[in-house]
Amino acid sequence: MTPHPTNVTGTPAEALLKVRDLRITFGNSAEVISGVDLAVTPGETLAIVGESGSGKSVTSLAVMGLLGAKGVRIEGAAEFDGQRLNLAHPDSLTGLRGDRMAMIFQEPMTSLNPAFRIGDQIAEAVRCHRDVTEAEARARALDIMRKVGISAPERRMRQYPHELSGGMRQRVMIAMALVNEPALLIADEPTTALDVTIQAQILDLISQLQRDRGMAVVFITHDLGVVAQVAHRVAVMYAGRIAETGTVEQVFNDPQHPYTIGLLGSIPSLTGPRTRLATVPGSVPSPAEMPKGCRFSTRCPFAQPKCAEQPRLRELAAGHRAACHYAPLELSFGTAA
Amino acid sequence: MSDDTILSARGLTRHFQGAGAPFRKPPPVRAVDGVSLDIRRGETFAIVGESGSGKSTLARLLARLLEPTAGSVAFEGREIAGLSGKALKELRRDVQFIFQDPFSSLNPRASVGTLIGEPLETHFPQMSAAERRDRVAELLTQVGLRPEHMGRYPHEFSGGQRQRIGIARALASRPTLVIGDEPVSALDVSVQAQVVNLLADLREALGLTLIVIAHDLAVIRHMSNRVAVMYLGTLVELGDTDEIFATPRHPYTRALLAAIPEPVPGLDRPAEAIGGEIPSPAAPPPGCRFHTRCPYARERCRIDVPELLDDAGDGHPVACHFWREIAAENPFAPPAHRDEDGPAAARIALYRRAVAQAESPTPTTGK
Repeated sequence: MTPHPTNVTGTPAEALLKVRDLRITFGNSAEVISGVDLAVTPGETLAIVGESGSGKSVTSLAVMGLLGAKGVRIEGAAEFDGQRLNLAHPDSLTGLRGDRMAMIFQEPMTSLNPAFRIGDQIAEAVRCHRDVTEAEARARALDIMRKVGISAPERRMRQYPHELSGGMRQRVMIAMALVNEPALLIADEPTTALDVTIQAQILDLISQLQRDRGMAVVFITHDLGVVAQVAHRVAVMYAGRIAETGTVEQVFNDPQHPYTIGLLGSIPSLTGPRTRLATVPGSVPSPAEMPKGCRFSTRCPFAQPKCAEQPRLRELAAGHRAACHYAPLELSFGTAA
Repeated sequence: MSDDTILSARGLTRHFQGAGAPFRKPPPVRAVDGVSLDIRRGETFAIVGESGSGKSTLARLLARLLEPTAGSVAFEGREIAGLSGKALKELRRDVQFIFQDPFSSLNPRASVGTLIGEPLETHFPQMSAAERRDRVAELLTQVGLRPEHMGRYPHEFSGGQRQRIGIARALASRPTLVIGDEPVSALDVSVQAQVVNLLADLREALGLTLIVIAHDLAVIRHMSNRVAVMYLGTLVELGDTDEIFATPRHPYTRALLAAIPEPVPGLDRPAEAIGGEIPSPAAPPPGCRFHTRCPYARERCRIDVPELLDDAGDGHPVACHFWREIAAENPFAPPAHRDEDGPAAARIALYRRAVAQAESPTPTTGK
């Protein structure tokens, strides 16, 4: 493996969560995550964006200590609020999870227990971490349900998950995650299963709650439109590595990695001329057939022999890094076309 | 109906009877409730709406994969409801369907050659085995796969490639009308672009008429000539794609367009956000079905059902009593353009050229 730069993205001094050189292996396969650095500060939203198989969800599960199955090897250093996290031993994170750091998932129906009433499930999250009476726990549950915009919360508390719509269930998930006022919220594709009008409501809700509470948010999504709307900083992941990272303006207005450029070109626009979409040919290689060097090289239209060497995540502007030997591309390919 | 019309629906309605509590008959779910439309030969017609709008049911009614409760569908001027025997088989040959989920719509135990050969056996029984092989190879090439893929099984392919197999299967019978129910929504964005481009190429090359059902308005804008917007089983607006996106008339269309997050940082979303969720199609609201969520609703909307009327006479009908007043008082502000001159646009252009160059010497396949 190539040596990895020791610097961390963002502003390490104030970072609430810092992850350095995260590496994850399943069984005997190649590394699924290879040297990922992340940092997020209070009040900031970091978006991790990538397609299926990019490793964005695995990364977040490892940080939450939810990747504890046999045969999974997790390496890397992590710090949360000045405290070292032992990612290799997920059990050590149990006390933090649901308390100082919380997570919401794509499919609320599979994350809620179908056999328990909504109110009981939220109150249980309180009593797991706080030494309060049942009545106090229920009062907090009611309060948070109101804050996330659940109508008639007293009635909803007595309902079961199947009685709610998808958007309402996602609000319940958010209420449950936020009831203990976490400092960090990890949201894994929280709006992907929702209709676009409901998605707009949930995105507004998450942004508003974040502003009110000064929470740090890690937002995992495949949708660049959602990223542009919610994130301050972005990490574009491809096949278990960070391809590019920077502020949302840097990455969208001055994209450097060919993968980022291809992704941006493949989104159909709502305005302007209807040109043929750019495509990223092929699909993400499986861990077994991962190319040596730059992992995007098998799909990259600019690939050169040098790409058999793993490119470093190079700084191109303050806080803007890309893992491409040839960034900015126009220097090498500008006139050739 | 003119010669230009390939498919025509009148008052199309489909109710589903839910299994209710004992001794009590639940109200029917009115999935599609009185839809009329004409599909023009050679166009790509898009039907858009959220979950529960009835768009998938409508697509299945148009292909006669479902029988309507009321109303009629005519394909090439012929009523399809009563068709049986040879006439039905001809309809099945001429009208084909592409399903959303390329993982569950292909038999995992059949090889790609079998999957694509099957419709050939059904519709062209006179074909010899060798001819069939050649035709399967041709179809695979047409959708950007390789003839060698014939002996492989669905699990060996990625999602985008499986959707290509589904498309090859649909094209095998040489249909004139292809209906796609969310054909790209299960795919990653970069792969989605490949399939969108493929469908556009095939329509051009084969002179197909396409009906595309989707919830993603940006994809629809990219693919279609005309758009119909559905809400709770009825059409609320219909028109040319450019018209609908530039000057949407129905408050629901405006809200849908405003809710889409554009990949442009720092954009203020237009203030069209609607609250609430789509009501149950078992108990649609009286009057205008959208009035419970409409920011412009007035008293009349609670009582009077608005009809889909082309009262401007410009081929852009809308089912709203007050669309003129709404447009006059609150003109729709389309989302900001993407920056066309910045480094992002320049690099995307550079990238496009590089992909075109890489693809030109040998036609690439999906892999």
